[in-house]
Amino acid sequence: MDEQAAVADIRQWWRGGLYILIFSLGAWAWGSGLLPVLLDHWDDITFLGRQHIQLVAISGGLAILIGVPAGVALTRSRFRRYGDVAMQVLNIGATIPTLAVLALSMSLLGIGNTPAIFALFIASLLPIVGNTMAGIRAVPPYLRESARGMGLSPRQILWQVELPNALFVIYAGIRTALAINVGTVPLAFLIGGGGLGELIFSGIALNQFGTMLAGAIPTALLAIVVDFIVTQFQFWTIPRGVNPMR
Amino acid sequence: MIRLEHVSKTFPNSTTPAVDHVTLEVPEGEICVLLGPSGCGKTTTMKMVNRLIEPSSGEIFIGDRNTADYDPVQLRRTIGYVIQQIGLFPNKTIEDNICLVPDVLGWERSKSRARAAELLDMVALDPGTFLKRYPKELSGGQQQRIGVLRAIAADPPVLLMDEPFGAIDPINREIIQDEFLKMQARIKKTIMFVSHDIDEAVKMADRIAIFRDGRLVQYDTPDNILAHPAESFVSDFVGGDRTLKRLQLLTVNDAMQHDPPRVTAEDTLETAAAIMAEHGHQAIVIVGPRGRARGYVQLSVARGGKGKVGENHETLPTTVKPGEDLRTAVSTMFRHDVSWLACIDDEGTFKGYVTLRSITRLLSEAYRDG
Ligand SMILES: Nc1ncnc2c1ncn2[C@@H]1O[C@H](COP(=O)(O)OP(=O)(O)OP(=O)(O)O)[C@@H](O)[C@H]1O
Ligand SMILES: [Mg+2]
Repeated sequence: MDEQAAVADIRQWWRGGLYILIFSLGAWAWGSGLLPVLLDHWDDITFLGRQHIQLVAISGGLAILIGVPAGVALTRSRFRRYGDVAMQVLNIGATIPTLAVLALSMSLLGIGNTPAIFALFIASLLPIVGNTMAGIRAVPPYLRESARGMGLSPRQILWQVELPNALFVIYAGIRTALAINVGTVPLAFLIGGGGLGELIFSGIALNQFGTMLAGAIPTALLAIVVDFIVTQFQFWTIPRGVNPMR
Repeated sequence: MIRLEHVSKTFPNSTTPAVDHVTLEVPEGEICVLLGPSGCGKTTTMKMVNRLIEPSSGEIFIGDRNTADYDPVQLRRTIGYVIQQIGLFPNKTIEDNICLVPDVLGWERSKSRARAAELLDMVALDPGTFLKRYPKELSGGQQQRIGVLRAIAADPPVLLMDEPFGAIDPINREIIQDEFLKMQARIKKTIMFVSHDIDEAVKMADRIAIFRDGRLVQYDTPDNILAHPAESFVSDFVGGDRTLKRLQLLTVNDAMQHDPPRVTAEDTLETAAAIMAEHGHQAIVIVGPRGRARGYVQLSVARGGKGKVGENHETLPTTVKPGEDLRTAVSTMFRHDVSWLACIDDEGTFKGYVTLRSITRLLSEAYRDG
């Protein structure tokens, strides 16, 4: 109990520190004239920010919805022999810079929203599929064997044994994927995908420091928020027995 | 009952069979231990029973039904299965682990959870403490107990156990073995048990099946395996001390001289000496009015002594019970540096005595008729 009290204590301190930090940042931002600049761009920020979040949500959501089942499928006995090949392809794929992925996507699908989403989807898909496969493959064979030996069907083994035990690694993949995704979205502007990249790149091109920050700061905040959300999911949805966070 | 008829298994990409025409029957309620060196086909034989491995040829029956007639998944739900690595699911609580098979069989939740608590009680683990824990929060020995409970949760008539206690340290292994035997005396499952430890086999088995290179070379009771190994492979495998191992299987009662001569406190030393001389004994036990052992008199004291036995006796240094095994008896003799022990039942009644000679005679009898 003492330990918990100590942890709570530290949390309080940490929270207090955070408030002070935010406050002084705010004061500095106001004093240096940054905040007024951000407020000037408020309409742009909300409009482009919504576009930005849409890009992340659609491409990331699709990557999760397709990546996890694909990763699972590649570990099923029917497709297992393609598993190793797929893993190698994924590893090579992960080394391609996301900017190149965007460029390739544009050469394939032209300019606009669709090629941007497609490129982001592809870039996010790789870590999700890879980690899903790796997580399921890392489930010790004797767990599978005892499940089979007690009369669980392959589907029951997947849902009751393989997925729960691979979940932490799968989440890690999703986290990486979303980090890549959020980090790449500003580049989507370059192929006409919109988003906060528009402010960043125009700011750079026109040498307007404020405009650039009006794009950069929300982008950074979004990255932190997305990571926080995934961490919460990780914390609450992984069974305590296999959750290194609890 | 489990019956294997001419069962063979040759794995793909292999020319020699891993299991070669094995025929054996495990009678209802007995423990059959499959014993043999590494790679001799014990696990393969066992896994063919629940069809984790399909036999290449031959038939396997459980009760009088051919296992080939079942759907493999359904079949496995009627057979308990314990492996050396235990295989508790780390993502499930102890309760959910134990209730695994009841849950897939669709038992009512209240019934299966009550069963889990009842089972934990059976191995002296407090349900309140353990039901909601996760496997990682248990010691190895506790996990192993849960592994066994999980296997019997849905009350299957048949149990397969592949080196279930192999990963536990020797001291705790003994404890868990004893506990399991006690449980088995109540639940009377038909059990196939893989081991490569001869001592474990001797202790657990009603029958031992000795394997060599996929062939069943001897199938018999532990005492017969030890007393009459069918071939030199078996005698080598069970070890040079196989006679000593037999001591665990025989009880004091087997080697005891029943209803031996005795004296009471009122008898004279002369009478005692005469009785000892008549039977060629070096000492005689004194009993009370209800047949309880009170002490003993040595021949050297009684001979030429005067007076009552009651005034000249010595207390017995130690005694054994008729139900104890001979290994304990011999060990007691060595510890107290005596060559005979009085046998006393739970009420303290004098039943007879064992001597080192009666034990060696008992052991050698078995060799003579073999
Ligand atoms: N899936 C498999 N594929 C091919 N060969 C196998 C397979 N499983 C077992 N074998 C072979 O079959 C033989 C018997 O193996 P088995 O696992 O039954 O031995 P065991 O008696 O249980 O040994 P141990 O005491 O080491 O567990 C061995 O030679 C082994 O290499
Ligand atoms: Mg084995």
